[in-house]
Amino acid sequence: MVLDPGGGERAAQRPAGEPVLEVDQLDIVYETDGGPLAAVRNATLTIRRNESLGLVGESGSGKSTLAMGVIRYLADNGRVDAGSVRLLGRDLTGLKPSELRRLWGAQIGVVYQSPLTALTPTIKVGKQLAEIATLHLGMDKQHARERTLEMLSKVAMPDPENILERYPHQISGGMLQRCVIAMALMANPALLIMDEPTTALDVTTQAVVLDLVQDLKDEFDSAILYITHDLGVIAKMCDRVAVMYAGEIVEKATIRQIFKEPQHPYTRSLLECIPRFDPSCAKKPLLTIPGVIARVDELPDGCIFGPRCDYVEEQCTTSRPGLREVAPGQFTSCTRCDDNLFAACRADADSDAAPRERVSLSDADRLLDVLDVTKHFPAVQGGLRFGRRDRRLVHALDATSLWVGHGRTLGIVGESGSGKTTLARTIIGLEPATSGTVSLNGGVLAPAVDKRPRSILKEIQMVFQNPDSSLNNHRTVGEAVARPLRLLGGVRGQELRRRTIAAMEAVQLPARYYDRRPNELSQGERQRVAIARAFAADPQLVICDEPISSLDVSVQGALMNLLLTLQTERDTSYLFISHDLAAVQHLSDLIAVVYLGHVMEWGDAARVLTPPYHPYTEALLSAVPVADPDSRQPRIRLSGSVPTPIDLPSGCRFHPRCPRCLGDICSQKEPPWQDVGDDHRIYCHIPVEDLRNLEAGSIELVPSRGGRS
Amino acid sequence: MIGIIVFLCFIVLAVFGPWIAPYSYTEQVPSLRLLAPSLAHPFGTDPFGRDVLSRVIVGTRTVVLLSGLGTLFAVVIGSPLGMLSGYTGGLVDEVIMRTLDVFLSIPSLLLAIVLLSTLGPSSRNLLIVLTVLYAPMIARVVRSMTLDLKNKEFVEAARVRGDKTSYILFREVFPGAIAPLLVEASMRFSYAIFLVASLGFLGLGVQPPSPDWGLLISEARDFFTLAPWTLLFPAAAIGLLVVSVNLMTDGFRQMLQPERGGL
Repeated sequence: MVLDPGGGERAAQRPAGEPVLEVDQLDIVYETDGGPLAAVRNATLTIRRNESLGLVGESGSGKSTLAMGVIRYLADNGRVDAGSVRLLGRDLTGLKPSELRRLWGAQIGVVYQSPLTALTPTIKVGKQLAEIATLHLGMDKQHARERTLEMLSKVAMPDPENILERYPHQISGGMLQRCVIAMALMANPALLIMDEPTTALDVTTQAVVLDLVQDLKDEFDSAILYITHDLGVIAKMCDRVAVMYAGEIVEKATIRQIFKEPQHPYTRSLLECIPRFDPSCAKKPLLTIPGVIARVDELPDGCIFGPRCDYVEEQCTTSRPGLREVAPGQFTSCTRCDDNLFAACRADADSDAAPRERVSLSDADRLLDVLDVTKHFPAVQGGLRFGRRDRRLVHALDATSLWVGHGRTLGIVGESGSGKTTLARTIIGLEPATSGTVSLNGGVLAPAVDKRPRSILKEIQMVFQNPDSSLNNHRTVGEAVARPLRLLGGVRGQELRRRTIAAMEAVQLPARYYDRRPNELSQGERQRVAIARAFAADPQLVICDEPISSLDVSVQGALMNLLLTLQTERDTSYLFISHDLAAVQHLSDLIAVVYLGHVMEWGDAARVLTPPYHPYTEALLSAVPVADPDSRQPRIRLSGSVPTPIDLPSGCRFHPRCPRCLGDICSQKEPPWQDVGDDHRIYCHIPVEDLRNLEAGSIELVPSRGGRS
Repeated sequence: MIGIIVFLCFIVLAVFGPWIAPYSYTEQVPSLRLLAPSLAHPFGTDPFGRDVLSRVIVGTRTVVLLSGLGTLFAVVIGSPLGMLSGYTGGLVDEVIMRTLDVFLSIPSLLLAIVLLSTLGPSSRNLLIVLTVLYAPMIARVVRSMTLDLKNKEFVEAARVRGDKTSYILFREVFPGAIAPLLVEASMRFSYAIFLVASLGFLGLGVQPPSPDWGLLISEARDFFTLAPWTLLFPAAAIGLLVVSVNLMTDGFRQMLQPERGGL
């Protein structure tokens, strides 16, 4: 395991200065009805000037609590129990509330996950920003306004004068997050805390915001505490990483050490459970972390990760290990890290499962056929309206044609607003198509779900994005799973209960959950219930609309494995919709890239995500944060977000945002479908040969895993 | 808690009133007219020598029964209307809701007086009035809950597996609307108590010699300076019942939506 010589480059490029934040053995306790809860224990970390420290972990690991505890901004029942926090050498633990308030905003900037809730909706953005300048920098109105404009132009805000006069809801998510960043940086704070600042944004917008933060970091010389669950973002943004589990930091190291030579099994598991952009690994089971994160009130004796660890042995269960330095700058709490644990098992994982079969676009074995489906919505929806009506239409889907083969998976990718979800809802009949046909096994289906016979309903089922809203908390798990069996399978009585439990066990839900209600289950378990319900009547096609997007990475991996197992066992076809390209790549045989209600590129999964590709696919791929600090992606950025498809752009619908737009031909003529060969089609004016040449410096998406292969 | 205990006491009075009351509520003893509260007559006596305590106790039944049944009918009629309106949307929604708006736009007491003076005062007509008045309000609450719930994906999941609209409404949507419905209904109940008493006072409710609280107050009006207790105790009974129902409503609200901590 030799460090790649290029590794020093990153550190040398931006020398870290004196320590800004020093957290020493910090304990944070919440007073609850059940007694004190030690949410964060013994946390020690240092961030220097011009350095960014990433804080990763599953939800419930205490990341945000630690960050908020550092700036003493805890809920009423939370308090710092022990340890010290020093900001620029000054101890924060003893400060009075008034002194703390002066510190927030002036020395500490915070960017939260949702920009819409971070700003007051009833005050103009300009006024909110200027307030920081008048309050913390003592500027008068005129100077504050100038400073605000200056900051807005620093965050690359187009037309800042105009933004000042707008209310938060009048600004798009990405732009709003820029305002929040501008606000956080207004007073040039020494410490910037970013709590999942891009999680709520689209991949393309995320890429733009991340670029911005990178650029600003150098300019402002701040120390950044970056909290996220996304290892790809960490790889891109951070210099050092602290991995948290159940309230403790279990590993702390430089970015390269974490990604190339992780020493703690938890860190390693987190890296293993994200799908890779590697066609040879597609459709193979991901390594996942068994069980769920330990609750801080029920910690095991010994190592807190012990119960979920593959490498646990006697000594791990008796005493709780602390952090120790195992390599320069790398600290881990695993006692077994010297045993070279990981080399052997990687090979095991690679050996099983056959490589993915190629699917031909001329394949006649079609289960679902979507032909020229168009869906229009009225621009403004409402009931009786007197006077003029808005007769404009939203073209959510525009002549979309696709098909799914028996036992195959069609992956659909695109930004939000590209029509992915409308497509799913049109196929299943929740939104009847305006024109075009959806056929199953050659038979044309009625557009509306209410008009379809039970025999058809049985064959197409759906897994929704959010199990919180797709499961009714007033019905038990058993009732939810039994209903489709009873209704579509005609099962009754004792047989019904038996089959329901079998359906639950197929998704690895224990039978004792039969009488539980969904709100008593964890997120991952709830989504399993939703999957069990969709599969209960044994459908031929299951439409999955972002089924894993709202879940933790480790749970995502387990659910992807589950979907793959179910597919192998039952030969079910999937329509898998996601904005997560890696997940789509991992599960799909065919991939369709959708923009403004139209397919831009489609074909065999491996071909679509390798050059040559459509400029839109290229931009999407280049925006994906890859969990590898060495990956070199070209910066291809799309400006703005998907426009509302009321008036579709003329010619190629992507031309206004296309970085490779050829000019008049793109804005005037509809592009042709070009056959690239190898079952791969691209909807673009640029000749295939040119597209191929564009990719000379191709995007490296397959992470090189030094020291692991 | 206190609300529930007090309310339960009223229920006991309503059910067993005639047996609990120390005297007959109609028994007139001319020699004991307008007596001040004493041990024998804790609430005093009225101008006809009837025991006020007994009359208040026996009167509980009419008030609780009328307002309770009225609210119940309003719920039974209002909930399906609200669900249907919210779930179907479009023209059906507009027609139902605008019709209900007509009822809501007229002040309730005025509407009640007009209806009762047309239909004639009787217990049955009083129930009709309460239902007509409160069903639209119940319908609105249920409708807004339905609007919220019908876009949930579990409703779509039910449609996708071919469940009938009636099943979706009563098994998937209605359970989610029960909590706010219960809060709304108990609030309507306390308003109904006021209304029944007001109408009794105006002579449009239950007719004499029934010991309705509103009626008691109305009868006692002329003797207020002479015998304030004849007015005070029925009024206090109304107040106490309404407060106990309100406390109970608050309790429901906190129990059913603890995250909001009571509005």
